[in-house]
Amino acid sequence: MNTLFGEKKAEAKKLVFTSVDQYPEAPVSLDTTLSNFTGDWRTFIPVINEEKCVKCYICWKFCPEPAIYIKPDGYVAVDYDYCKGCGICANECPAKAITMEKEEK
Amino acid sequence: MAEYKPIKKVVSGNYAAAYAAKDARVQVVAAYPITPQTSIIEKIAEFIADGEANIQYVPVESEHSAMAACIGASAAGARAFTATSAQGLALMHEMLHWASGARLPIVMVDVNRAMAPPWSVWDDQTDSLAQRDTGWMQFYAENNQEVYDGVLMAFKVAETVNVPAMVIESAFILSHTYDVVEMIPQELVDEFLPPREPLYDLANFEKPFSVGALATPADYYEFRYKLAKAHEEAKKVIREVGREFGERFGRDYSRMIETYRTDDADFVFLGMGSLMGTVKQAVDLLREEGYRVGAAKVLWFRPFPGEELYELAKGVEGIAVLDRNFSFGQEGILFNEAKGVLYNTKARPLMKNYIVGLGGRDFTVSDVRKIAENMKAIIEKGELDVEVDWYHLKR
Ligand code: SF4
Ligand code: SF4
Repeated sequence: MNTLFGEKKAEAKKLVFTSVDQYPEAPVSLDTTLSNFTGDWRTFIPVINEEKCVKCYICWKFCPEPAIYIKPDGYVAVDYDYCKGCGICANECPAKAITMEKEEK
Repeated sequence: MAEYKPIKKVVSGNYAAAYAAKDARVQVVAAYPITPQTSIIEKIAEFIADGEANIQYVPVESEHSAMAACIGASAAGARAFTATSAQGLALMHEMLHWASGARLPIVMVDVNRAMAPPWSVWDDQTDSLAQRDTGWMQFYAENNQEVYDGVLMAFKVAETVNVPAMVIESAFILSHTYDVVEMIPQELVDEFLPPREPLYDLANFEKPFSVGALATPADYYEFRYKLAKAHEEAKKVIREVGREFGERFGRDYSRMIETYRTDDADFVFLGMGSLMGTVKQAVDLLREEGYRVGAAKVLWFRPFPGEELYELAKGVEGIAVLDRNFSFGQEGILFNEAKGVLYNTKARPLMKNYIVGLGGRDFTVSDVRKIAENMKAIIEKGELDVEVDWYHLKR
């Protein structure tokens, strides 16, 4: 799958610790802040409707994380590892192509 | 190893703190003057001016900044020191969490002073005990010698477990009162306390990283556990460092609670800091009068020496807890902690809380005698009169 940070993110995923012994003694960020997966902050999730999207990229510009990327076909997509569900993209989209839906976890 | 010949000096508690910081070869001092701490940092400034110490002194505009500067220095690998009192310590509060959370072994001397209002510059432990949950270790000194020794040991313990430590002395009773202190020649201090080895090297520009960055709910919890474990580990380190100190310099600190004539005691006085000197003197007099009493001084309040308290509690019928502090809406803080530790054990002596000496109120040998009489009476009766006794109150 094409994502925002591609291979770099795969590296960052290795920094996700699954047992307490793997953690560094002090809370320092090791190498990259990409490992701060803000995706689990979310309650609502943005869903993009390509039929309505006019490829203006306003959502891409406004996303504070930034979690929106442009796919080779020119449409936008959300990297859900980083999307914190703030809803700014949906609010700013002039074509109302983004809806915020309650995420089932 | 060079032979130990102490250098005897007649100094105030504050000067003892300053000499200890110098002998520990602190590299950065950031501080703001506040009564009764001022003469600590004045003395350090004097050492620097006289060329006796190579210390970067950062004069700051507040205690919050003082701790922030120490955090920066410590994160960069330096041995950092500061000192404060009362409202100044309260102003540092937020930064204290940053220091312990980032696991920076800063050492600070807090000169216990009552919190205002009403404005007061006298002795009271509520300022330091209000910082109980900031993740700092706390060492309470009884006299000027323990201030000096405490700072040296605090650095060694702090740098072993990467947790900051406070060394606490009484306002005026120690800070401004002169006494003989046996100081340790520099080369022996250097052997005891080698240069710091930081956990991480922030000055390595090849491998940059940030300190204290965001942790989401997925990670924060583990870092708290690590700090909790470090405090557990610190108990072992404290006892080892205290034993080593005793072997090298003749003053043994291998126990986190110092006991005095407690072996066959019916009841003991439990307390912290300078008032325990008075208590020990009173214990000698009371022993002559036939009271079987002892004194137990909590040297390290954080981490809390629960195991040693349990050992003590097993052998006695009563514990009179002397608190020069108070937690409003509850009781004396040491009393609260001590009861809490013993609740799930088989040692449950009668415990009574005496609130003494707040805001510098005099606490004397005759006060200890009156408390002893009261303790004897309640132990004979087998029940408390009141649990928390505002002992000095004008009635
Ligand atoms: S909801 Fe917020 S974080 Fe997620 S993609 Fe939209 S703007 Fe970005
Ligand atoms: S703002 Fe709306 S229309 Fe514009 S690119 Fe984003 S989703 Fe498409």
